[in-house]
Amino acid sequence: MSGATPFQTVGPFFRFGLVFEGCDQPVGAPEGSRITIEGVIKDGAGAPVPDALLETWQADSAGRYHHPEDGRAGSEKPFDGFRRTATDPEGRFMLTTVKPGTAPGPGNRQQAPHLLVGVFARGLLTRLVTRIYFDDEAANDQDPILERVPADRVKTLVAKRIGDGRYRFDLVLQGEGETVFFAP
Amino acid sequence: MTGLRRYRPIPNGTHPPNDFAEYGSTKLRHPKQPPVSIPQTLSEITGPVSGFERFGPLEIDLTMQHVAPAQGERIIVEGRVLDEDGKPIPHTLVELWQANAAGRYRHDADQHDAPLDPNFSGAGRTATDADGRYRFVTIKPGAYPWRNHANAWRPAHLHFSLFGPSFLTRLITQMYFPGDPLLPHDPIFNSLSDEAARQRMVCTFDFALTKPEWALGYRFDMILRGRNATPTEVEE
Repeated sequence: MSGATPFQTVGPFFRFGLVFEGCDQPVGAPEGSRITIEGVIKDGAGAPVPDALLETWQADSAGRYHHPEDGRAGSEKPFDGFRRTATDPEGRFMLTTVKPGTAPGPGNRQQAPHLLVGVFARGLLTRLVTRIYFDDEAANDQDPILERVPADRVKTLVAKRIGDGRYRFDLVLQGEGETVFFAP
Repeated sequence: MTGLRRYRPIPNGTHPPNDFAEYGSTKLRHPKQPPVSIPQTLSEITGPVSGFERFGPLEIDLTMQHVAPAQGERIIVEGRVLDEDGKPIPHTLVELWQANAAGRYRHDADQHDAPLDPNFSGAGRTATDADGRYRFVTIKPGAYPWRNHANAWRPAHLHFSLFGPSFLTRLITQMYFPGDPLLPHDPIFNSLSDEAARQRMVCTFDFALTKPEWALGYRFDMILRGRNATPTEVEE
């Protein structure tokens, strides 16, 4: 056992502490075209989860992470690669961002455009971690992370294009169609 | 690309299981499939370390956010954010939210029959200093009932949210108070089977931090996932 402080549930009453105007939106005018990702989070009975907190982290449109350890030209720019949003009473969420570019992956391979996702909720004692990929990206077929996922479950990680700049991504916490969660 | 300094595996028992029947809300919300193990990539070892200004200004004194002081027992909560090697994590965001002194949250869904305090919102945020230190002044929250089982009460607790240097160091936890008689009865606290792990969520009373005739002081350090000392190529 490590000495790390344990996770505890975010509980049902986090909204006034964690969710602020604009934290599901880009700041300023980032390069690249804006997209929205919308969806529903459901539980093992197919009921919407109205009290989930969703956080995403992503590269910019050139695939750079704005973080000191990326180190490529341009990665030092201030960028809001982080989004946070909560589900509404019908379990729906929506966030606005730019589509990330391909990013470096293991073994000198590239990762297809993706967002990392953290899910917190009442009834979740820790954070669940998953990824959002996009169904209009051919690079998914060579993605070094997706290839570790059982083929019949890959679709749970891929957002569907439903319009111009609009994508749909649903999460199922349990049961049939259960979203793939990761342990990195 | 060259190797990355990866974060250490998380030993069993460090965090609670998501499948924990005593906490009823887990029943339909925990995944049944085991998580898929993946290598850490640049995506995971980076994370949000800046740009938090848009969350709003820092608020470190929750007792003075309104026209009059908040009701309740004023407390000082101070501590450090560290990694598993005891190294301080500087300049990282620390978010805090909590119930008021009567055990009521400022949230529409909280139906507990206890008064709201118009002078207490119950949310604050700060950033650690160069030594990983943070400090809040707030009100000791009350215990409150919930419907998990007959006569269920949550022990007094503060919710803390931390980021650290990467996506993998993200933590949301709860801080409890020493000697609280409700702790042995709380399924969320006891979702950790190991006593030492549970104690890492309990603050300590500290006279050195206590200000005479003003507020009791509690110390609470939080420890985020540790990291390998040197870069490694991906484990295949």
